Amino acid sequence: MDITQTKPTIQEASGYGSQTVQRRIGRIITYLLLAAGSFLMLIPLIWLLRSSVMGLRQIFIFPPQWIPDPLQISNYPDAFNTVPFLRYFRNTMTILIPVVLGTTITASLSAYSFSRLRWPGRDTVFAVLLSTLMLPYTVTLIPTFLLWANLRMVNTYVPLILPAWFGGGIFYIFLLRQFFRSIPTELDEAALMDGANPLQILWHIIAPLSRPALITVAIFSGLGVWNDFLGPLIYLNSSDNYTLALGLSEFTGMYRSEWHLLMAASAMVVTPVLILFFVAQNYFVEGITLTGIKG
Amino acid sequence: MAATFPSSTAPKTGSMRAMRRNEAFWGILLALPAILGFILWQFGPMVASLFIGFTDWRLIGSPSWIGLENFERIFNDRLFYQSLKVTTVYSLLSVPLGLLAAFFIALLLNQKVRGLPVFRTIFYIPSIVPAVASSILWIWLFNPDFGLLNAMLRTIGLPKLQWIYGTDTVIPSLVLMSLWGIGGTMLIFLAGLQGVPNHLYEAVDIDGGNAFHKLIYVTIPMMTPTIFFNLILSVIGTLQTFTQGYIMTNGGPNNASLFYALFIYRKAFQQTQMGYASALALILFVIILILSFFLLRSSSSWVYYQGDR
Repeated sequence: MDITQTKPTIQEASGYGSQTVQRRIGRIITYLLLAAGSFLMLIPLIWLLRSSVMGLRQIFIFPPQWIPDPLQISNYPDAFNTVPFLRYFRNTMTILIPVVLGTTITASLSAYSFSRLRWPGRDTVFAVLLSTLMLPYTVTLIPTFLLWANLRMVNTYVPLILPAWFGGGIFYIFLLRQFFRSIPTELDEAALMDGANPLQILWHIIAPLSRPALITVAIFSGLGVWNDFLGPLIYLNSSDNYTLALGLSEFTGMYRSEWHLLMAASAMVVTPVLILFFVAQNYFVEGITLTGIKG
Repeated sequence: MAATFPSSTAPKTGSMRAMRRNEAFWGILLALPAILGFILWQFGPMVASLFIGFTDWRLIGSPSWIGLENFERIFNDRLFYQSLKVTTVYSLLSVPLGLLAAFFIALLLNQKVRGLPVFRTIFYIPSIVPAVASSILWIWLFNPDFGLLNAMLRTIGLPKLQWIYGTDTVIPSLVLMSLWGIGGTMLIFLAGLQGVPNHLYEAVDIDGGNAFHKLIYVTIPMMTPTIFFNLILSVIGTLQTFTQGYIMTNGGPNNASLFYALFIYRKAFQQTQMGYASALALILFVIILILSFFLLRSSSSWVYYQGDR
């Protein structure tokens, strides 16, 4: 499971004195650099946490202090009550759940077709779809908006949900296709001989074997909705419909200098993402690895 | 609709052909959502933007064809050049620095370090922080009076900077912030590094080479496909930077962070000049096409593809 297992090398056998010392110094430098890098990566998050539990007075001291005194946990309920977080959360979920379902289902169907079923023009179609990875979103943004505006769908969740039910984006299809191709074909050929149709094969054979890849797709598409800013910004214009990301940005505009509340609010939006990451770490790594290697 | 092969009979040539036809039917049926999605959300809008770019469309009312007028106005628009410059400078700084940093960290992590999952997590996590939250966090870090970055400068005896509030420092500041989010790129590099076959390194050992030789003659050549993949995605990504400019600086100070995507957004959704904004988007599209073309062409001279893949 851990793709980073160390590989034994022949080098070890030829370890003469000076070389061993050299290698040891090399390792120390590696760890020092990694520690310094980790520190730089973590310090903004520590700053976020520290500011989120500090009083306003202490926050405006320069040079900054690191230990909150007193520990002002009340920033969290305060932020929670100033912003209609619960509503934003519910709105976000109203988009997120159907998007995740739509993406996972329709991307699996397409990926199954592109990896397992032979039909004329299949690979050309796939290549054309794949080329949209390089299509800038700015080009499709305005016509798509005008389409929804003409359908009177602006300020509803439809423009943010419906596209996910059309394959969910080539990225996910590509990821699943890579995974499906690694599954031996004997199983589904046998099932085909027994009279199963492709949907049954996908559901009973491919899907159970592809759980990690399907979970990866679900996670990434869910994360995409949670983090999306531009989509809600363009399509949702009454604050009753705002998502968490959009609501948070509005909140920033209103409480520009109340950093203790802003940090508590931000922390509340970030935390679920971090929890998701720690719960499902391997799926993240695997998903990125799948897309990266055979690009 | 269901396949009709009695399980008892072995497939004869006739039913083989039926099976093929059936397979093609299912294949197209299952791929249909993706194909329709492509037509509805990618191809259709792309073609439509070709049309809209040549019209005057104020959202209310219908579009009127005005030929090249949008483009004439764009080429006389000072802000167009400004946003192009901002985006170019940002990309020229952020793409190479980001790729270098990500590659370097991946190299370190590939040194059979202990606690690799921990390090990997630390470097990856900032990249999944929602852009809105990280923007707010970084405004606060960049705060000239009470922010962490000026505090750090003070500790090492340097003067305060204005960061995102100075015309000269705003883009470098946003580049610095972008380096915080290189985790995804780093993971892709790491996966690539782990795929470099060990016997190549052993060959360098046998020839008496050192770690530097391994990097230059094995690692980098073998990694060129991954580098290329990350390069293309970073270029396209950074050319469309939006959220930071919108939330953190609102394009300022004095338009010094007016990213191209932010400029398009303003024209389209704040001034409702859909035609003008579409023309702007088309220009960006052409720029990205030309860039990708040159990157792809150049790739044959520096990207090494193993075997027939």
